[in-house]
Amino acid sequence: MKLQRHGTLACLALTATLALSACGSDNNEPAGASASGPASAAANCATGTLNAQGSSAQKNAMAEWIKKYQQQCQGVTINYEPSGSGAGIQAFIAGTADFAGSDSALKDEEKPKADAKCVGGAAINLPMVIGPVAVAFNVNGVDNLQLKPATLAKIFAGKITKWDDAAIKADNPGAALPATAIQTVHRSDSSGTTDNFTDFLTKTSEADWTFGKAKEWKAPGGTGAKGSDGVASRVKGADGTIGYMEWSFAENSGLKIAKIGNGAGEFAELTAESAGKTIAGAEIVGQGDDLKMKIDYNTKEAGAYPIVLVTYEIVCSKGLAADKLPLVKGFLGYTASTEGQAALTELGYAPLPESVRAKVETAVKNIA
Amino acid sequence: MGDTPPRSADAGTGASRVITDHARPAGASARPAEDVPTSRTPGGGALGGGGGLPRRRAFGAERAFRGLTLAAGTAVLVVIVAIAVFLVAKAVPALRANTVSFWTFEGWFPNDPEPRFGIGALAFGTVLSAVLALLVAVPVALGIALYLSHYAPRRLGNALGFLIDLLAAVPSVVFGLWGRDYFSGPVADLSAWLNRYFGWLPLFGGDGPYGASMLLGALVLAIMVLPIITSLSREVFRQTPTANEEAALALGATRWEMIRTAVLPYGRPGVIAAVMLGLGRALGETIALALTLGITFNISFNIIDNGGNTIAANIANAFGEANDTGRGALIASGLMLFAITLIVNITARAIIHRRREFTESAA
Repeated sequence: MKLQRHGTLACLALTATLALSACGSDNNEPAGASASGPASAAANCATGTLNAQGSSAQKNAMAEWIKKYQQQCQGVTINYEPSGSGAGIQAFIAGTADFAGSDSALKDEEKPKADAKCVGGAAINLPMVIGPVAVAFNVNGVDNLQLKPATLAKIFAGKITKWDDAAIKADNPGAALPATAIQTVHRSDSSGTTDNFTDFLTKTSEADWTFGKAKEWKAPGGTGAKGSDGVASRVKGADGTIGYMEWSFAENSGLKIAKIGNGAGEFAELTAESAGKTIAGAEIVGQGDDLKMKIDYNTKEAGAYPIVLVTYEIVCSKGLAADKLPLVKGFLGYTASTEGQAALTELGYAPLPESVRAKVETAVKNIA
Repeated sequence: MGDTPPRSADAGTGASRVITDHARPAGASARPAEDVPTSRTPGGGALGGGGGLPRRRAFGAERAFRGLTLAAGTAVLVVIVAIAVFLVAKAVPALRANTVSFWTFEGWFPNDPEPRFGIGALAFGTVLSAVLALLVAVPVALGIALYLSHYAPRRLGNALGFLIDLLAAVPSVVFGLWGRDYFSGPVADLSAWLNRYFGWLPLFGGDGPYGASMLLGALVLAIMVLPIITSLSREVFRQTPTANEEAALALGATRWEMIRTAVLPYGRPGVIAAVMLGLGRALGETIALALTLGITFNISFNIIDNGGNTIAANIANAFGEANDTGRGALIASGLMLFAITLIVNITARAIIHRRREFTESAA
């Protein structure tokens, strides 16, 4: 217990130092930003404090948004604690979070409890951050890799064990593949990334992936690593490895990313644009302002990268405390704006496609 | 200590006029300046003589302090019982909901509609990693401690001791990240070597991949418990009576013989206590193992293949996204860890106790 607390303290100290240094490097910026009038007018400013928590997948996006919003607006404090989607929803239900970030929309059993917090309204899911899931690999001598979903499923299920397997060769005609053993790396902690990745495998290659979708990794074999950074580190550290992780971690570690086969029968490279195409084609299954989405992993959209994770902000459509309401609308309005979404591209997220973004912006405006 | 109750019992019967001086322990009489002169009653000396009892007012403080300590002691018990009740109350519904055996199932999926989770593999991994870590750390730690206390020049010894203590202040997440990012490479090479030449041993069997293994976890853990065991053992060794050491030397013992005959037997209880403390840290270590182990749920003595898991590491991994049943299941696993620690400690103490009787009767 005590040691764990030391660890936490160390984490806090580390985070604090990083946060401070991050602020330090940007200190010259706000002067310029506030000097130019239109920039600060773009955001709908309000004052007060917001406490939010939830999905760690949108941690970096939130940190960036909070920094930018606070630069533009005086007297605002927004705290986002990346405690995990489940914990975020719990906190929202308990009333300790003004809004929650979550990797998945509210489940049927959670919905009534969350609605109860919103007097005269309902808890709505607003898709806000698109996090593509990258399949990164480290195979000596191989720079490009194309994988059909079925091949990917066989690799992670342990049915394909060598890199020069016939199925991989079939996906990569003409490529020189070594006879190295395949070492798969998966998340050891329960996470929305695993949930989405296994969901993708279930939906696209049912015959080869029999372990269903879950936040925990259920297939036998493979090596577990904690967090996307852990997976990236493990893939980087050993030859013959392949693992799935949030896009930014693959980019930051300089890992090679595989092209994934989509429903149109082509291999799509992971870019902000190709990931956005999948979201644009997704069906909205929520009612009214609830924008719960159903992603079609078999998307026939040309050039769409199929493995994407949508994370939501869960917020009350009505019944917010009077002192919180303007700030919630102001901040979420900023995150859903073109400017807010554009800020995400450098962080390894994909911006919401315009069709979806406009709906989210309207939904935020309707919050009362 | 034993004579306290009769004294306070006398106080209750109302011995009112006694000398204040006696309310203090004997050692305190070295500071007579603090005594307020007026509190000495003229007739007091005649009444109380040498063994008189303190005045009633002083007993008031005595009783108040006694009450305070009693309250403090009780509070600890109340808190512990409250925690235990809370944990058990949280754990029981999860254990009821479990659709497979808690003891034998190898896996941890308590968030499913049909929760399935088992402690067997986790408990095994916890004990295995801690034991391996101690096997590596204890000999090295004792070596360092003996060098610092009996071989190193005084100044060097102090400086090195300071460095070792510094090692104890490094947060476990740093050890974990270091193990994951830098130490796993060399360990993978070592594992491949062990597998090649000692693959016939079940410990080093299997066919890879290597790196994120029990061996890596145990080695990182060994480095983490090293400073605890070293620091405590060094202090114990330093306290060996000089007379014993000189006697051994005077009888013609070499330095090593002196250490074997005078220092080690004298320090044994302290060393064992130090090892127990290290074991406690090893059993409970969370984040370093969550980062270094390959996290698989199986019971295997193979220590070089990627894999391994412990109760504490599993809590760190699974807590973030756990639902009600999931949290209950993790709390149940925490209770198991508590039980394991208790059993290990009790066993160790029992062994020490028996050994002490042996050594004392032999002496």
